[in-house]
Amino acid sequence: MKPSHSFDEKHLINELKHYLPSQTPLKDFIHHNSLHAFQHMKFYDGIFHASKIFGYQVSLQLQEYRNLYALGRIHEQALDMVILRREAKLNEWKQKLLFESYDDTRDARIGKLRKRWQSEYGIHLDNLVQPLLFRILNSYLDQGISTWTFESHPDGFLAAIKALEKNSLTSFFKSKRVRKLLFQEDLSMQNLLHMIVGDEAYFEQYLFDQQFSHRGWSGMVATIEEQPHTLLSPKKISLKELILFELLLEIDALDQSFTSWNALCSKANFEALDILSPTTITELDKVYMLWQDAFEWSYYNEVLSALSSSAHLVQSPKITHSFQALFCIDERECSLRRHLEHADTHCETYGTPGFFGVEFYFQPEHAKFYDKLCPAPVTPKYLIKETNVPEKRKHELLYTSATHGLLSGFASTLGLGLYAGVRAFKNILLPQMSPAISNAFAHMHQHSTLHIENKDLKDRENDLQIGFTIEEMANRVEGVLRGIGLITNFAPFIYVVAHGSSSANNPHHGAHDCGACSGRPGSVNARVLAFMGNHKQVRELLAQRGISIPHQTTFVGALHDTAADHIAFYDTDFSEANTLQQHQKNVQSFETALDMNAKERSRRFYSINTKGKIKDIRKAILDRSASLFEPRPELGHGTNSLCIVAHRNLTKNLYLDRRAFLNSYDYRTDLEGKYLAGIMKPLGPVCGGINLEYYFSRVDNYTLGAGTKLPHNVMGLIGVANSCDGDLRPGLPLQMIEVHDPVRLLIIVEHFPDIVLKTIQSTPDMYEWFINEWVHLAVFHPETHEIYYFKEGKFSMYKPYDITLPQMQLTEKFFEQSLKMKSNRIEDATFENLPIHLNPIS
Amino acid sequence: MAIFLQFFILLPLFTFIIALCIPAKNETAISSLAIGMSALQVLSFIPFTLYWLLNDASILFSKHIVFYQTEHLEIFFSLFYDKTSAVFGVVGSLSILLISIFSKYYLHRDGGFKRYFATILLFFAGYNITILSGNFETLFIGWEILGICSFLLISYYRDRHLPAKNAMKVISVYRIGDMGLILAMWMSHHIWHENITFMKYSDSAGILSHLAASPNEVFFISLMILLAAVVKSAQFPFSSWLPRAMEGPTSSSAIFYGSLSVHLGVFLLLRTYPYWEGVFSMKIIIISLGSITALLASWMSMVQSTVKTQIAYASITQIGLMFIEIALGWHILALVHFTTNAFLRSYQLLVSPSVLGYKIHNQFFEFKPIQTIHVSPLVSRIKNTFFMFSLKEWKLDDSLSFFFKMASSFNDRQRNISHKLLTRISLVVILVVGFIYEEKYHALLNNKILLIPYLYACIALWLILNAFASHADARQVWINLFLSQLFISFTVLFVNEDFNLSHIAIYLSGSVLSMIVGYATLHFIYQLDKNILLKWHHGYLHTQTTVGIIFLMACLGLIGLPFTPTFIGIDILFSHIHQHHIGIIILISLCFLFLELAALRMYARIFMGPFKKVNHPVAFPSS
Repeated sequence: MKPSHSFDEKHLINELKHYLPSQTPLKDFIHHNSLHAFQHMKFYDGIFHASKIFGYQVSLQLQEYRNLYALGRIHEQALDMVILRREAKLNEWKQKLLFESYDDTRDARIGKLRKRWQSEYGIHLDNLVQPLLFRILNSYLDQGISTWTFESHPDGFLAAIKALEKNSLTSFFKSKRVRKLLFQEDLSMQNLLHMIVGDEAYFEQYLFDQQFSHRGWSGMVATIEEQPHTLLSPKKISLKELILFELLLEIDALDQSFTSWNALCSKANFEALDILSPTTITELDKVYMLWQDAFEWSYYNEVLSALSSSAHLVQSPKITHSFQALFCIDERECSLRRHLEHADTHCETYGTPGFFGVEFYFQPEHAKFYDKLCPAPVTPKYLIKETNVPEKRKHELLYTSATHGLLSGFASTLGLGLYAGVRAFKNILLPQMSPAISNAFAHMHQHSTLHIENKDLKDRENDLQIGFTIEEMANRVEGVLRGIGLITNFAPFIYVVAHGSSSANNPHHGAHDCGACSGRPGSVNARVLAFMGNHKQVRELLAQRGISIPHQTTFVGALHDTAADHIAFYDTDFSEANTLQQHQKNVQSFETALDMNAKERSRRFYSINTKGKIKDIRKAILDRSASLFEPRPELGHGTNSLCIVAHRNLTKNLYLDRRAFLNSYDYRTDLEGKYLAGIMKPLGPVCGGINLEYYFSRVDNYTLGAGTKLPHNVMGLIGVANSCDGDLRPGLPLQMIEVHDPVRLLIIVEHFPDIVLKTIQSTPDMYEWFINEWVHLAVFHPETHEIYYFKEGKFSMYKPYDITLPQMQLTEKFFEQSLKMKSNRIEDATFENLPIHLNPIS
Repeated sequence: MAIFLQFFILLPLFTFIIALCIPAKNETAISSLAIGMSALQVLSFIPFTLYWLLNDASILFSKHIVFYQTEHLEIFFSLFYDKTSAVFGVVGSLSILLISIFSKYYLHRDGGFKRYFATILLFFAGYNITILSGNFETLFIGWEILGICSFLLISYYRDRHLPAKNAMKVISVYRIGDMGLILAMWMSHHIWHENITFMKYSDSAGILSHLAASPNEVFFISLMILLAAVVKSAQFPFSSWLPRAMEGPTSSSAIFYGSLSVHLGVFLLLRTYPYWEGVFSMKIIIISLGSITALLASWMSMVQSTVKTQIAYASITQIGLMFIEIALGWHILALVHFTTNAFLRSYQLLVSPSVLGYKIHNQFFEFKPIQTIHVSPLVSRIKNTFFMFSLKEWKLDDSLSFFFKMASSFNDRQRNISHKLLTRISLVVILVVGFIYEEKYHALLNNKILLIPYLYACIALWLILNAFASHADARQVWINLFLSQLFISFTVLFVNEDFNLSHIAIYLSGSVLSMIVGYATLHFIYQLDKNILLKWHHGYLHTQTTVGIIFLMACLGLIGLPFTPTFIGIDILFSHIHQHHIGIIILISLCFLFLELAALRMYARIFMGPFKKVNHPVAFPSS
């Protein structure tokens, strides 16, 4: 252990940044593991450690597990199995899990020292400091709500405060002493802490307490410090400045409350607490652990036994395909693919991350900025520009800041008030898309031109190459096609279907868009890949590399709105009438599939009658995406639990209920696993990140999630908070996670275990996800059809315990049997998360 | 036609009662009921208004239940209808319809679905009572209902800290306005010697003669009405509560703080305009307050960096202008301004979560880096000063808090004394002795020296203030609150010989029952964990919802909400304090001000906030 008496500021700040939430401003919603700071530990060690330090609830509550068991959602066989894996005495532990009563109250280390302000000094320091601190901070970082803005300063937050203080007749501080401190040459954390805390031994604990009393804001400041480009309107700030300013405000508040006061720990008769020191796993933790294992394995066992029972295995018949469609691996496309294959049995679908292997920045016409359209960790070197947008961008009259002024407000109130009333009624009775609503299709205009091909290497902007060269295009198309194993048997059409999501009144709309496109719709990527695939010279180059795409094959980009269940196709002005006709026939199949997809989704929506006419259901689903009053335009990634990297044949006859990320991969075309590493590397951060964010927001929606979205107040266009002076609320809102079963992601790869082992061990970052069990990994042996499960660094065979898998027919009736959710308690809310069904396609 | 007016109050009231009987799980029934009622209200109120307009559009007045009658005092329920009621009624029923439909979907599967709709319905009843009221008593009933509904909706997410804190904050400010109304009623009673109705306001000769006879009293009444209006409409210096009230679901903020509740100050001024029309100084004061508010609030709105608070201050700005319009006599403009502001602000609040997507998208295309405009040092200094003041909300919140902090700091010094048995025994002795000597006292001193009533009033206030900030066991504090009631009634017994035991009986009838029920519930809660200190929030609603509701009812009964006889008792009690007993009236007013706060604070502390047993996900204090 490090010596506790010396205070190392730099170390502390790094430590704080590591543990604070790292959610970026909401415009860039990147799913990530909420407890990323503990990922270097084993999953259970990490979460229980986090719980004891920060007080989070990290699993379901004991009673909830027991209820799920009573409902049969946790199987007895699974329970026995997981107990025996960890403990010798089955019955004793079973008894404990089922009946023992435990004191399940949590005690957190964080905040203990800070509580002394109340217990010893009788003041609520947080109440005295935080409202003003948040207001100033928010005002400084504000991206465009206020019309009279806080002047930012190139030297940062404190410099801006000083500039304001120096040149003003009033001050943020009430005490003159503090104002002097602000301007002192040697304004240092150390000095201020000496005044407030006294003894250096307590500094670390104090600052942890202080910053974690508003982890939302502190996390936001730390994130902006690290990634300043995430703000459109640049603001310079650092966590250190925030701490300094907060310490000053604290001294100010103390000076106001007392005529003289002693430092908090000047006469402390207790030991300083090392907040991060190891914690021990209690018996109750073990009980949670076993329950969670049992919950997970009750589901995994279904999946694995469905996979290993070879009855469902079909060989791809040698038929000519009507079309092939590439979708994002997103689990929301899982059902659409199923329905599409059902609507046209001659089509083939594939899954690949929704940026379709093309990474670039995108600049819409007239835009002042670029949008990154690829996974968050990638930094692209290319720029795609949009031109020839045939329409003008529309504005929302009622959002004008003129309504907030005195006289302009007077005029606009009188002028617009009645219109606002009419608009409100209109939107409620007849929901319609409007400029105020986040529209997935507005990301790029359907009929604009994209500048995709680079013909001159000097064509650059801000150090980015505009467009891709022929070779670069060929590389990308080849990468995608080889990755999914589509290198022969090309159909006349290859649809590249990206996805996005439209929703109204939803600050978290980015969380519904494509995760592989940094939380944006992937329409541009789809169009770009389609362009590349259709490019004559690219095809020539590909042919040289062994992929010959017949000239009658056409790539077509498309965008599927996962909330509205609406699809748009790009660049479909085919010259040949025959092509157009065929395309239109395929569009019909897409529409049929969307009908069924809407129907399937509607079973989870209370307000839609699943038994109603398809036309009505489609309309209701479409309306949801434009309704101001709809807090659940779609259920996002709720229920995600699987990631299957395999040929579609393996899953085609299974009903996976929109729960599986499906990444197409054909081991036969990649026996050595050359492409596998590229496919598996993002699975942890992207799919695992989504899964764990849902997991933690589900189990503790108060501290790890954002709480119900109904009272949310948008703060400075960067986040949401409760009330006008609350802390920012990172994580996912209640309405997104209700239906989610908090189980870890199970990744299943169809390949040979040794190849997969070699692959995951190829980079330590990737390996960490698996060895520390933040996601589960199983391998489906392509020859023996046995399942191997990865644990403690090696694969061992898993023999599923016997269960009978229900059968189903993919008909409308199947979805009409569903029951409406009674409440959002876990037992009711996840009741309709269906087990795996066998779905034999005749 | 006047006979139809009651229908508009009874409709929401009955719907509210029916809604209470529907099981909480049955969302469809609850929302359909609310939507059906508000649709019916719209479909009846608008034709009613049109019919009224097409006929003679004359003022409608009706007198209903008489609660209490003696030769000096008659307390009754009466209704009144004119163009102001018509406009507020139409906007009100349309807004409620809008919000009911909106909330049906928005609140879907929210834990408090039924609670939300029940509160909205009760709010609507209160709103209609207020805008259709024919006298101050009736108006006050509606006003109080609105206050409690605000409290309940702000604290809607009661398992977090901030809603519990801000609900108390807002109700504290509201209570100042309520006292304004009580004092206005008290003084009116003394100068008119009867229960005045708004009908009498149209008798301008009568008003003028009163103004001539007792200008100070009329000024006082006008000032108190203004106080109530200023508080309710968040005008200077009470503006800072409005942004803090945005705690409930967005839809409830839209209707309360966007459209209806916040404009009731405007309504009150319009309603009472004939009364203070002749008082020139009032007009000056209202215009000044309106201008100050409009200026300050527009600056504050400009510096707000959260969307809901920005709308709140923008709305306050416009209401400031409405105050000016009313004082200038431009009432049609004020009514149009009210209507448009109500619709605009509630729409803006309803779509406020969209702002993030819309503005970021807009900025993507139109961003201009902020240009620093170089101005002279003096201008820049003044600009900075105004900026910082606006960011600090012109210290409005601080100064309000200061008032309440003073009240609670008084307690800190006394904390350990008030609950001791000995103290209580001596208090009872004082009461008994006082009671025995009361008649002799009247005979002896003939009301000239008010030492003893002052003493009693001070003890009452002292007890209440102790309770207001107490950290002690809730049961002890509860008893003190009840004791204070006795002292209040005895105070009045001493100042006016006409006040007798039967009045006390009316006054205390509600309190005694409430006190017993309240004590029983508190004791029940105490038995659970042996700790109900008022030092922190216990959050017992998490497990004891029903008990919580019973205790809330007891609190409301104790403080004399319109469903107990205590409500009438308070009116009678005040009517017995003469207008020259300035000190007594101040003390008693303060008593009533803090009585409600102390009781609701007890409710908040014991039942609201995160549940103290941390075995489930619990909110951080900063949320």
